[in-house]
Amino acid sequence: MSEKKTRRIWDVPDDELLHHGHTACQGCGGALSMRLALKALGENTVITIPACCWTIIAGGFPGHALKVPVFHTAFETAAIVATGIKGGLNMTGRKEVISMAWAGDGGTFDIGIQALSGAAERGEDIIYVVYDNEAYMNTGIQRSGATPVGAWTTTTPYKRPNPRPKKNLMEIMAAHRIPYAATATPAFPEDLIRKFRKAKALAGKGLRFIHILSPCPPGWKMASDYSIHVARLAVESRVFPLYEIEDGGKSYTINYWPKGIPVEDYLKIQGRFRHLFRPGGEKWLEAFKQDIEDKWNTLVQKHIATHGTTDNIPRGFYK
Amino acid sequence: MSFKKVTTGNHAVSYAVWSSRVQVISAYPITPQTQIVELLSEIVAEGQLDAIFINVESEHSAMAACIGAAATGARAFTATSAQGLALMHEMLHWAAGARLPIVLANVNRAMAPPWSVWTDQNDALAQRDTGWMQIYNESNQEVYDSVIIGYKVAEQVRLPFMTVLDAFVLSHTSEPVEILTQEEVDEFLPPREFDPKFYSIDLNDPRGYGLLTMPSDYYEFRYKVQIAHEKALEVYKREVELFAEIFGRKYGVFEEFMLDDADYVLVTSATLTSDAKYAVKKLREKGIKIGVLKMRLFRPFPFEDIRRVLGDRKKVAVIDRNIGFGHHGIFYQEIKSALYPLEKRPPVFGYIIGIGGRDVTPADIEDIVDDMLKREEMTEIIWKGVRL
Ligand SMILES: Cc1ncc(C[n+]2csc(CCOP(=O)(O)OP(=O)(O)O)c2C)c(N)n1
Ligand SMILES: [Mg+2]
Repeated sequence: MSEKKTRRIWDVPDDELLHHGHTACQGCGGALSMRLALKALGENTVITIPACCWTIIAGGFPGHALKVPVFHTAFETAAIVATGIKGGLNMTGRKEVISMAWAGDGGTFDIGIQALSGAAERGEDIIYVVYDNEAYMNTGIQRSGATPVGAWTTTTPYKRPNPRPKKNLMEIMAAHRIPYAATATPAFPEDLIRKFRKAKALAGKGLRFIHILSPCPPGWKMASDYSIHVARLAVESRVFPLYEIEDGGKSYTINYWPKGIPVEDYLKIQGRFRHLFRPGGEKWLEAFKQDIEDKWNTLVQKHIATHGTTDNIPRGFYK
Repeated sequence: MSFKKVTTGNHAVSYAVWSSRVQVISAYPITPQTQIVELLSEIVAEGQLDAIFINVESEHSAMAACIGAAATGARAFTATSAQGLALMHEMLHWAAGARLPIVLANVNRAMAPPWSVWTDQNDALAQRDTGWMQIYNESNQEVYDSVIIGYKVAEQVRLPFMTVLDAFVLSHTSEPVEILTQEEVDEFLPPREFDPKFYSIDLNDPRGYGLLTMPSDYYEFRYKVQIAHEKALEVYKREVELFAEIFGRKYGVFEEFMLDDADYVLVTSATLTSDAKYAVKKLREKGIKIGVLKMRLFRPFPFEDIRRVLGDRKKVAVIDRNIGFGHHGIFYQEIKSALYPLEKRPPVFGYIIGIGGRDVTPADIEDIVDDMLKREEMTEIIWKGVRL
């Protein structure tokens, strides 16, 4: 028998800590991200999940689709329950266990921001992850503070779409001088896994924050096999740049230089932006593009302030 | 050896938390509770108590932090008052539903508006149906002991426990309190140890806690909370017996004062009981056969004991420092409903008094007794001393 030689092109553990039997929709960015995140964090992790789609995804009683404990809690309490769990683990001889809060954008940008801000400012020893699908999806696609300008949701109908730009939560977190904040998407799994490993390695240093853009086929009104594709377009069009903020909010690093494809490529495949390309939609398209450009330019300036150049930003992950 | 310390109700709570070897404390300041957490911060900072103190940004988070900590099997504590307790409301349900033996000290304070920092019971009684056990205290010694007994009962039945003390009358008033040594407390309440049978978060047995539950199963979860309360009544009675054996202080589900031959009974709770006892002694001198039943345990409610002790009396007056708007005094409602199954039952008179910390004196209690004795018809709500 000849030995089959496989060359591993990426260093991702085979362990699956998210099982079949979870109840996510097809193409759920939140489920894809959790699978990858747990590969990086490993079994010694306790997860806190507030009200969000993940309340359902983890499985209804008596099922439980994860191989790590999950404590389900109230909508606005992810950061603080994870903090309490960390305290309890420390006091019961389990200091090495990672406590991770895993919340939606509503539970993070909106109703949970008070507890998150408190935990960040106090330097609680937790990893906080927001899987951001840019609306309240669990309750059927209502706007949140993470909904982009111009987007349709059931509470921002086509005739009166979301009026203002998406809240810049990464900047809010950076202002808390936390040791680590990073963006990620399931379209760039190596990058995502590397960031979770970094967050894990910073145990004991304070709150580590990871912002995942998490495509939602039903909420974004697109086919379920577009999830990875749309997340990649978000990065390549600078809608959702991949970057890290370290040293207590002081140093910025863009991890990948986007190809700079037209924003329209990202928007056009999603029904929630359909009206941007119909009569009267121009001003929303303009507002969307302006917001993206402003945020990108500021980010590049911050990268330059840290590194002195943009030459060190990788132009591609796969050599 | 235990020793006596002259201390406030607030500090009695802090000492009891220390005695109970609490492992995670999380709280937020509010008058008149603040001193509880100030002293605890000091005790933890000095290393006298090996605990984590989480300085949260709200009471909602204080309760949530205790929930997270207790879910891992750690002993957790918080304290609050009025607005803070109301803000916790959602998480009070969570703590009980998740069956977590957290102890909370609530310093009774009137709810705003208008703003008030003085005592009445509406804050705590509004949490009646959250699934928490509740006990009301008359003295700082009771306050101290109730925390220790609270953990002992809570951890056996897996329900959270609220101990309640009056704003200022107890919280800021010094009384001698017997503080137990650590060895003495450990004998009654051993340090909490991780026990898988409590279904605490266990990395070796990963579970989902509080997950989405269909109508086909949810109902039973609620039923079990009720069964736990029924069991808690027995466990409480057993533990206060044991406590009395070891420390010599005897507590019941309620306290009976001059009740043996009493035709008339005043049902009271918390500190106005002391005024009632004083008044009753004087009334006894005038030959009126009257006594006091001081409510301690409010949840679980001791129906049988109430029926046994009150069933045969001529008249009962319930004195409420609270009001169930649109209904009657809250203790009144509860006592009356407890007596209903009896064939022969006394008329019950409901008096409201001392709302928002208005002073209650023995003379007020004597007036109430006068009024009750004169009344022929059972009266459900009588506002004592209200200015019209
Ligand atoms: C206090 C409270 N308010 C409202 C709700 C109803 N609710 C449950 S999930 C949810 C939306 C969650 O949105 P998000 O955090 O973005 O997560 P997603 O569902 O999109 O994954 C809402 C409004 C609740 N559970 N608790
Ligand atoms: Mg969402």
